[in-house]
Amino acid sequence: MNGVHDMGGMDGFGKVEAEENEPPFHETWEGRVLAMQRAMGYAGAWHIDDSRYAQETLPARTYLSVSYYQRWELAMEKNLLLRGYVTEAELKAGHALGPAKPLPRKLTKDVVDAGMTRNSFFRQQQGPARFKPGDRVRTRNINPLTHTRLPRYARDKVGTVELIHGCHAYPDSVATDRGDDPQWLYTVVFDGREIWGPDTDPTLTISIDAFEPYLEPA
Amino acid sequence: MADHDHDDPHEHGSELSETQLRVRALETILTEKGYIDPAALDAIVETYETKVGPRNGALVVAKAWTDPAFRQALLKDATAAVGTLGYVSPVGDHLVAVENTPQRHNMIVCTLCSCYPWEMLGLPPVWYKSAPYRSRAVKDPRGVLDDFGVKLAKETEIRVWDSTAETRFLVLPMRPAGTEEWSEERLADLVTRDSMIGTGLALTPAEIAK
Repeated sequence: MNGVHDMGGMDGFGKVEAEENEPPFHETWEGRVLAMQRAMGYAGAWHIDDSRYAQETLPARTYLSVSYYQRWELAMEKNLLLRGYVTEAELKAGHALGPAKPLPRKLTKDVVDAGMTRNSFFRQQQGPARFKPGDRVRTRNINPLTHTRLPRYARDKVGTVELIHGCHAYPDSVATDRGDDPQWLYTVVFDGREIWGPDTDPTLTISIDAFEPYLEPA
Repeated sequence: MADHDHDDPHEHGSELSETQLRVRALETILTEKGYIDPAALDAIVETYETKVGPRNGALVVAKAWTDPAFRQALLKDATAAVGTLGYVSPVGDHLVAVENTPQRHNMIVCTLCSCYPWEMLGLPPVWYKSAPYRSRAVKDPRGVLDDFGVKLAKETEIRVWDSTAETRFLVLPMRPAGTEEWSEERLADLVTRDSMIGTGLALTPAEIAK
């Protein structure tokens, strides 16, 4: 979806302000939100792409005005409601009011290390890779209303395949509950001028990681 | 964090206390439902506060600076190379290391959300997740570097890597001059978090002496 989360190339957000000696969390609740998200992910309640999609579908005004971990919390509530793990009444009451929906597993203290290890997104290949390093490719001009990882600034642009990362779960499919639909993943590099026009810094190149359905031969 | 851990919802003003109450309610519901274990949450928070941080990445960089075979292995397959080091937590399957040279400077961003090599660098700083960085890094990286006080030669190529999938990138910064005899431990002190994102350079011996 063409949401405000797709920020690459937008103007007007101002300078990058770095904080000296920034703590891991600024408030206790931020750590709780992160940890709850990790625990629900480990439990198998939803996928990482579902979390991203839930953030993207927050009202644009909300997305831009709340803090990072507030956004996580709001997205978590959305997924909990959407997938039937909690009810609106429970959120309102602040307590469980009915039975739980079964989950495949639970993150307990003895398996915390396993819960903190990043998942593998490699999947069994469904066929040979269509492209190889050095191939010229054009990104497709797609504008799905659902989750995609092809940013707007890199659509309908010609670039070169640089790396092949194997077959991965396909976020566009995962986030719409259609399964992993494994796809080849490539790093595709573009000349900055192909993306931003002839006045751009000629030394700039930009790469994205693109799933095979985003690409066609150029 | 103990100084933030309190029960007074009025201490931080209404907006924040509302969030605080909302998060607390959510944790209560999920615990009562049996989905989560608060003790496991404590352990996760503690890990991010005390164990995971940019020192992991800095040790990897320092090793690459001193061990040519490791450097080569890291650039070829960072996941496998980092996996051979016992002191770094598992990085998942998709780490890529990219090397800065006098000809080319690499910079990492996630324009769509906040993808970042947590196992190498810890939690991302707020600026990395912010709209100014996510919007400008791909269009005006020299301007962003300027915000960080970094000036590169005009002819140095800039490569921006947008982390749009589950691949995670680690910048291997250039080794500062005058560190030829330094140990890995000492070299790691020069490797800042920002130098491994590409918004900074490794510290020089003079800078660290300050």
